[in-house]
Amino acid sequence: MVPLSYYLVLGGILFACGVTGFLIKRNIITIFMSIELMLNGVNLSFVAFAAQWKALSGQVFVFFVMVVAAAEAAVGLAIIIAVYRTRETLNVDRVNLLKL
Amino acid sequence: MLHLILFSVFGIICVAGAVNLLAQRHPINSALSLVVVMGSLAAEYLLLGAEFVAAIQVIVYAGAVMVLFVFVIMLLNAGEEERTEGSRVALLFGIPGMVVGSLLIAWVLITHSGNVTVAIGALPGPPKTIGWLLFHDYLLPFEVTSVLVLIAIMGAVVLASRPESTQRKKEG
Repeated sequence: MVPLSYYLVLGGILFACGVTGFLIKRNIITIFMSIELMLNGVNLSFVAFAAQWKALSGQVFVFFVMVVAAAEAAVGLAIIIAVYRTRETLNVDRVNLLKL
Repeated sequence: MLHLILFSVFGIICVAGAVNLLAQRHPINSALSLVVVMGSLAAEYLLLGAEFVAAIQVIVYAGAVMVLFVFVIMLLNAGEEERTEGSRVALLFGIPGMVVGSLLIAWVLITHSGNVTVAIGALPGPPKTIGWLLFHDYLLPFEVTSVLVLIAIMGAVVLASRPESTQRKKEG
């Protein structure tokens, strides 16, 4: 038997790591991976709450989150490729102009 | 007891992978540590009894999404990231603030969530039940996500295609 709060704390740690990575990393691909990390932390809380309330809806919502994350990854990586093609850099500090 | 041991082992692997993601400079190392995080999260889902979620975590996240990431890293030949000077104030106040804030949240979660415990395999989520829910109670959201995926496919193709080819299409 594990207290529910342990799962929530683990999810919170993952989310915090994701936020930290989003703020401190300078590579646009790593920033994107930090977003995936945040989504994973949220998914863990969803499954833990589903187990607590004995409601399978929580697991169905995890499914939807995963679909959205996969779609986001496809579009986001396409944007990264487009940015790299026009600017030849992956450093977000150098991507500071809307106009070329 | 066994549940607690398994939870701690996979939880520690998970957090270690997440911290390693932040510590590594090269994006390919970060991507591989993210795979570790997702794999151990799948084990945590199995401990909670969510079999279907664990399976699609491995197949979709650790498989498909991460292959896409590694593919893009290879395609763009991404090297080590350059460090830029962060602000001193952010280090001075940000890190203690973050530690205090997260300890506060953890304390509130642990002390105020009562004696709710989760048993091993607490809520079995077999694919049959999930599928029934998905195609009865959540049919409309399911169909909407299919439209979303279609739009994402078209968006990815349009964004990643070369500008010359789109120009040629307009002329032709």
